[in-house]
Amino acid sequence: MKAPIFTYRRPDDLDGALALLADHAGEAQVLAGGQSLMPTLNMRLSSPGMLVDINRIASLRGIADRGEAIRVGALVRHAEVAESSLMAARIPLIALAMPHVAHMAVRNRGTTCGSLALADPSAEMPAVAVALDARIVLNKRGATRTVSARAFFQGLYQTARDDDEMITEILFPVARKNQIFGFAELSRRHGDFATVGVAVRARHIVGALDDLSVVFFGSEPAPLLSPGARDIILAADCTDTTLADAARAMTADMEPMDNQQGRGETKRKQAAVLLQRTLRDMLGRARIRSSDV
Amino acid sequence: MNSGDPRNVPRREAARLVAGKGRYTDDIDAGDVGHIAFVRSPYPHARIDRMNCDAARVAPGVIAVITADDLSAVCKPWETRLALLPTHLSPEQIPLARDEACWQGEAVVAIVAKTRAQAEDACERVEIDWTELPAIADLDSAAAEDAPPVKSGMPNNLGLDHGISTGDPDAAFRDAAAVVEHDFTFSRQTGVTLEPRTILASFDPRVRELVVQHSHQAPHQMREVFSAQLGLPLSAVRVVAPDVGGAFGMKLCAYPDEMAVAAIAVLLGRPVKFCADRLESFVSDNHAREARVRGRLAVDTDGKLLAMDVAVLSGFGAYASHPRGSAGEGLQAVHMIAAPYQLAHYRGRVRGYFQNKVPSGILRAVGQPLACTVTEQLLDLAARKIGLDPADFRRRNYTDADDKPARSAAGIVLSQLSLRRCHDRLLALMNYDGLRRRQTELRKEKCYRGIGFAAFIEQTGVGPQLYGPQNVRVSAQEACRLTVEADGRVRCATSVTDQGQGTRTGLLQILAQELGVAPDTIEIVTGDTQVTPLGGGAWASRGVALGGEATLRAARRLKSNVLTIAGSLLQADPASLQLQGGVVCNAAGLAQMSLADIATTVGFRSHLIPLDDIPDLEVVESFAPRNTPYIAANGIQAAHVEVDPELGTIRVLDFWVVDDCGRVINPMLVDEQIRGGVVQGIGAALYEQCIYGADGQLENGSLADYLVPMAGEMPDIRIAHVETPTAMTTLGARGVGEAGTVGAAAAIWTAVNDALVPLGATVTEQPFTPEHVLDRLALAGDQPRPT
Ligand SMILES: Cc1cc2nc3c(=O)[nH]c(=O)nc-3n(C[C@H](O)[C@H](O)[C@H](O)COP(=O)(O)OP(=O)(O)OC[C@H]3O[C@@H](n4cnc5c(N)ncnc54)[C@H](O)[C@@H]3O)c2cc1C
Repeated sequence: MKAPIFTYRRPDDLDGALALLADHAGEAQVLAGGQSLMPTLNMRLSSPGMLVDINRIASLRGIADRGEAIRVGALVRHAEVAESSLMAARIPLIALAMPHVAHMAVRNRGTTCGSLALADPSAEMPAVAVALDARIVLNKRGATRTVSARAFFQGLYQTARDDDEMITEILFPVARKNQIFGFAELSRRHGDFATVGVAVRARHIVGALDDLSVVFFGSEPAPLLSPGARDIILAADCTDTTLADAARAMTADMEPMDNQQGRGETKRKQAAVLLQRTLRDMLGRARIRSSDV
Repeated sequence: MNSGDPRNVPRREAARLVAGKGRYTDDIDAGDVGHIAFVRSPYPHARIDRMNCDAARVAPGVIAVITADDLSAVCKPWETRLALLPTHLSPEQIPLARDEACWQGEAVVAIVAKTRAQAEDACERVEIDWTELPAIADLDSAAAEDAPPVKSGMPNNLGLDHGISTGDPDAAFRDAAAVVEHDFTFSRQTGVTLEPRTILASFDPRVRELVVQHSHQAPHQMREVFSAQLGLPLSAVRVVAPDVGGAFGMKLCAYPDEMAVAAIAVLLGRPVKFCADRLESFVSDNHAREARVRGRLAVDTDGKLLAMDVAVLSGFGAYASHPRGSAGEGLQAVHMIAAPYQLAHYRGRVRGYFQNKVPSGILRAVGQPLACTVTEQLLDLAARKIGLDPADFRRRNYTDADDKPARSAAGIVLSQLSLRRCHDRLLALMNYDGLRRRQTELRKEKCYRGIGFAAFIEQTGVGPQLYGPQNVRVSAQEACRLTVEADGRVRCATSVTDQGQGTRTGLLQILAQELGVAPDTIEIVTGDTQVTPLGGGAWASRGVALGGEATLRAARRLKSNVLTIAGSLLQADPASLQLQGGVVCNAAGLAQMSLADIATTVGFRSHLIPLDDIPDLEVVESFAPRNTPYIAANGIQAAHVEVDPELGTIRVLDFWVVDDCGRVINPMLVDEQIRGGVVQGIGAALYEQCIYGADGQLENGSLADYLVPMAGEMPDIRIAHVETPTAMTTLGARGVGEAGTVGAAAAIWTAVNDALVPLGATVTEQPFTPEHVLDRLALAGDQPRPT
């Protein structure tokens, strides 16, 4: 488990990094927290010719309030996101999901943008980004573009990012007053990648939840936004049967994979249970909120 | 928990180890060491048609590229044979595969380079043309009539066929009031140690001496093996086990790749080192446990066990593990059945098969967890069928070996047990009645909790009757050499080895107390065949039970020698003297002379001693149980779990153990042995599994996919003791190293199945994945509506 030989570069600014990526496209890989990259190097599962270590690039640091959105730079660690009171207050879904991301030691190094770049099908942050319709900012030498998270994840470890591009930041839209969120996942041990999970955003209207964004992850090659969810309105006093039916309808959108965690069909069943429990919990919270008003 | 107990001496080396100052094999410096990486077979079974190592030979940093042919000059082939089990015949083995590789991961070429990274680079340059051969993965394929052989030339894949019968089981089943049966699948596991297998071998061609630093449990065994295979006299081979970071039985065998390392050292005449990485550990460390069992139990209307019938299929992998073989798991699985219970009629049969998988071998508690699981699960089913409480049912059936020796239906030798006392203690500890009431209430709310028991017998301190008759050269004694140094400090060189258990500390406590010296004046030396007397090392829970007895005997003899010398110097009756805190005191308790005074006098001024023969200040004592095959320990465990029948997940809420390991020297160390063992048992029941495809490829060979139990999921494990000192030794201690593992998986089995009772389902396959739970529930057709 020793990495093969590679060239190591540690530019001090973004332009330097983008130049290396441009000049060595396809060969150079960004090194952020290294929590995923270093193991694959050591296991010789990948052998990039060059690593571009971005850890010295100050402009990639920091969480910033941009009004409608919160900016998370490419060097922001999962742990910083988890500890940010700004994030917790304004983007509650992240607060719900972050405790499921790995363990403290990994969160201390691993970056949230790195997780998006990697696009592990079982990772939590890509699912959250899709549920929130976050915007991912990609830079290459001389050009910047912004891609919706809903268009970014394209398949198993496949994203819209080009080889010479880097994620410089992600913009998470802040929660509107009437939005409500839910998150649940099944993993064998705490901190493991999810077997299957759901991330949910909904709008709380009088007596109901609507405008559902329901994302399944873990079971799919990439986070899957349920198309069926959009048309579903859940009455605050709906029965368990209604809820179960709604959950089953949404899981019909899944195309779950068979793997060591189980058969796809098992995951579909488990997703329905997770979703139903999440929605029930959200309805409960919505009811409390209404009574506050 | 026992913090106020003076017996809770912490491990002396613990502070050093947690400070990162361990001296593991990989930390040992050797001049100009060559680092070894292996090219391993990517196929479960394949012929090697052609090999081209030219590019590897000229790769940067490469010192040598070694193949099977190179090693045949220095290393003899070996065959693993057990004299009493002629069917357990494993094909002849050599350190590196020559024409045929029989498991994915078998070492084929060794690259020696200046660094491990360079060796790995060169591995990628070795070209091998393979022809894939049919691979045998699962037990059914191995057992099939027309199964292709695991290795060319083998007559068939059957490696063990052993039966045992007591009484008249057929008649008993026929006449029984109730009969229950259950199927059990035990997945392959492996012993995941923090420190991987590591070996550093140096050969000095001038004097033809081989020194092997080895992360191993049994250095004396390895000295035998290296000496035999490399044609060196025993005295020219020194095996040293420095700090060892976990072993669990996995570091008990002679691995072919490690044999290659020693052979390469001899061949090249220079130090070479191999440290297994995590990925190759999964495909080269011994696996264990793979078995399928069908068990039946007959009971009468009074809730008495009548008969059991158990058929075991055991998976061996490609070769029998050297030198102990791979039969132990299956043999223990049939012989430990119903060991804690009275049973008149029994039939057990085990068949074991070779497979194109990693060889299987010893893992903590060898086969005993299988037998315990089968027994306990069948007991629960029977209790339910005849309407008895499972705890009560067990208590009625415990064997009567408290006051008189007994033998279980499957031949296990038992004496001085305490099952009923352990049982009663456990029920009180866990508040059994309260738990049952709560369970009933919660079921109404569709919360499914289960309570499971596992009473167990643990074979500890196994003596020479196990391997001796099999002609396997594994020492079953433990020995202790004590030396009083001229400065009055005491050196204890013991054959016992310590991989983190804390055995050294236990021995230290025994020695300090028996001899009458301060613990900090004692040095414990382990794991060096040049220094420590012949003995087993660490296997079958022997460290304190046997090694402690040898230490006690040596301490008493040494003390008597010391007092004899002191008596002559003081002109006093030795019987009137005492040794306390390293000082000889007279009858009035007044200090007369120190151990240092005595040792100095003996060492430098012995003309002053008015004795014809001066007794030695260095004594050796050894001990092995010779009248009994082992010293049985007993206990009972209980698990409390909650099953989520919608997701299929299982949470372990509580766990209790009451253990009787005889005299407890250090409760803290004993408790942690039990806890660690329990965690391994929980791991077996809920997480650990080497997943093989039907093609014989290991599909989850990394710690990302092979799930070990982690602290976050573990319950508090509450432990209590019943202390029944064994009369087989003066010390009275029984072993405890495997106790937790023997019963913990069984307790999880019975608890989970207890939780599932209202849903009409049972689990049958270990580990209980969420999918298995859901499948079993679906099969029961009783899946509850989501709540
Ligand atoms: C034991 C363990 C458990 C884990 N469990 C979980 C879990 O439960 N859930 C979870 O989500 N994750 C988990 N992870 C992964 C962890 O979150 C990773 O750290 C994260 O996914 C990747 O972030 P990183 O900064 O470490 O990226 P790196 O390892 O540095 O890089 C990963 C990949 O992304 C690329 N990359 C990184 N940053 C950028 C960028 N800004 N632009 C373009 N490409 C980039 C790299 O080139 C590389 O290909 C776990 C990791 C470990 C070691």
